[in-house]
Amino acid sequence: MLPSYLTLAAILFCIGLYGALVKRNAVIVLLSLELMLNAVNLNLVAFSKYGVVPSLTGQIFSLFTITVAAAEAAIGVAILIALFRLRGTVKIDEFDEMRR
Amino acid sequence: MDMYTKAAWIVPLLPLAAFLVLTALGRGSRRAGAVFGSLFSLAALVLSLLIVAERLEPDAVDYSYAFDWIRAGDFTLRIGFEVTNLTAMMLAVVTLVSFLVNVYSAGYMKNDERITVYYGYVSLFTFSMLGLVLSDNLLSLYIFWELVGVCSFLLVGFWYAKPKAKAAAKKAFIVTRIGDAGLLIGIMLLFWYMPDHALDFTTIQSVFDGQSGAITTGITTLIALCIFLGAVGKSGQFPLHVWLPDAMEGPTPISALIHAATMVAAGVFLIARTYDIFQDSAAAMETVAYVGGFTALFAATIALVQQDIKRILAYSTVSQLGYMIMALGLGSLTGGIFHLFTHAFFKALLFLGAGSIIHAVHTQNIKEMGGLGTRMKLTAWTFAIGALALSGIPPFSGFWSKDLILTAAYESNPLLFFVGLAAAFCTALYMTRLFILVFMGKPGAASAAAHEAPRSMTVPLVALAVPAAIAGFVETPWNGWFGSWLSGHQEPAHGSAAAIIASIAVSVLGLYVGWLVYGRRSIGRITLAERSPWLYKLLERGYFVDELYAAAVVKPIKLAGQLLILFDEFIVGGLVRAAGAATSSAGRLAARLQNGQTQTYGLAAVIGLVILVAALVGRRFLP
Repeated sequence: MLPSYLTLAAILFCIGLYGALVKRNAVIVLLSLELMLNAVNLNLVAFSKYGVVPSLTGQIFSLFTITVAAAEAAIGVAILIALFRLRGTVKIDEFDEMRR
Repeated sequence: MDMYTKAAWIVPLLPLAAFLVLTALGRGSRRAGAVFGSLFSLAALVLSLLIVAERLEPDAVDYSYAFDWIRAGDFTLRIGFEVTNLTAMMLAVVTLVSFLVNVYSAGYMKNDERITVYYGYVSLFTFSMLGLVLSDNLLSLYIFWELVGVCSFLLVGFWYAKPKAKAAAKKAFIVTRIGDAGLLIGIMLLFWYMPDHALDFTTIQSVFDGQSGAITTGITTLIALCIFLGAVGKSGQFPLHVWLPDAMEGPTPISALIHAATMVAAGVFLIARTYDIFQDSAAAMETVAYVGGFTALFAATIALVQQDIKRILAYSTVSQLGYMIMALGLGSLTGGIFHLFTHAFFKALLFLGAGSIIHAVHTQNIKEMGGLGTRMKLTAWTFAIGALALSGIPPFSGFWSKDLILTAAYESNPLLFFVGLAAAFCTALYMTRLFILVFMGKPGAASAAAHEAPRSMTVPLVALAVPAAIAGFVETPWNGWFGSWLSGHQEPAHGSAAAIIASIAVSVLGLYVGWLVYGRRSIGRITLAERSPWLYKLLERGYFVDELYAAAVVKPIKLAGQLLILFDEFIVGGLVRAAGAATSSAGRLAARLQNGQTQTYGLAAVIGLVILVAALVGRRFLP
């Protein structure tokens, strides 16, 4: 059972990674990040159920991750809104302040 | 007894002090140059005369002092000064001419803006020349040899705003460099072959005494010829004479000091100083004699048709230096040095006289002068004395020295004797031509406003006219005093009636022909130019030696230079540019990574991670 869960998680992670690296819209990038986090959560749950030493720690840990991800999403969207107000755009390739 | 002789090292330091003072003053004070230059050279002159007076005593011995200068391994280079009768005489001649030129320049260069700089250069030159004379070894002589070359360069190009002066200065420097290179090679050969690597003249004298056999004849000849090459360059002998006529672009007192009396005689002095090397090699002596004889006649014929008063005198100097070299080659050290001694006076006198004329008429073309005799009496009279001395008319000084050389030639080499006679004839002819065209006849285009020069210029003329007239009596056919004094042992009075008569005859004949052509005009003076224009042209252009060098040496070198420029521009420069371009394009490439895009950084991080993982995993599959 475990490999199919892990494969699904890997596919999800790769889609998220692809979106985070390629998409120009910052909202989509944030969504992609969530996708990657969820892939990780899936892994944690899968290991807690079918791993070598099954235990509840993985599931509890995934709860933590969801909480942190929610906080991250809230902060990320808040920054994004602030940026949008400042620059009038959410296109991520126009946010190149690090270059200057 | 030898108090002044021991203090001889002070003599060169006096003009050096003048140079330092004048350099410190800069251009500020216009009168300082003449005052300091003249005073210091006067002091040097007085000291030199005191030394000569000491040397005149019968029991005077050569004095030399040296200290260790450089120690390298087992080789010690000593440096010092040496006073012999020869160097004492040179000291007196150099300081006398230098002092008179200093005085003369006060009038001649009066309106020049850089007169203080000029006096500084003259003092530096005097210092270098005196140092050259006093040097007790070849290496320090070589250093001063180069220093006088530099001063000559500076003074020929003194009016550097004139393109011709600039070119002449460069030419003088480069052409004499060829000779200097020869001298340097000669010194290195000596250093290599001499026992203990000694370079001082005393040791050279004892090694090359003809029987020690420490050095083989072949090497001796090679060394002698290398040293002679240095003399050829400095003393304007064929084929390196081309710089001397061009050097006349410098101020006229400089021509008198450097290019007539002192520096150009340094070559003769050098041969005299290393005479023992030459005497050990018959081949070298013969080369020296023939080069000198050829130059004497060669330059005298060119002087026959020149139009520029200074160029005539310059070619005459080349010719007279050829006489001296010929005398040395014929084995007559006394003849060469004696002619150097008298020539310094009458040629300096002639140049200073020419300067006085140029100062008055503002041209150097003798065709535009004429009738100056009545307007510039003193110049004319002193010039006449110089011209008669140069032409070899008794009892003026030049006659005695030229006669001594001709006697030496008569006794050993008939061919060179006739060459010398022909040169003497040409000398008398061109001096007559010069004198008549300048001082006699109808006033020319430029001589209307001529007037006698100021006193500061005429006094040196008179002061030089005296030795030019009488200096010859130190050595006459019946009185060998000068030769005995110079060589340190009794020389027999030599005298050959045939040589004397021939010498007087050709000189008088030269004068007479000159008078017929240019004075009475019973022989048309344009005949030669009309009958054989090619010959006239050949002489006027100095046998096209300059053109030959331009075609054979200068052009190929320039061509090679242009090729090298192309090589430099495209190969060397191309490499440099390629290195620059590679670096900057690498920089641009790296800069493009730093584009501020978070996503790109992220991608790079992922790629790096993938590579890392691939490497870690891939390692397992390796054997």
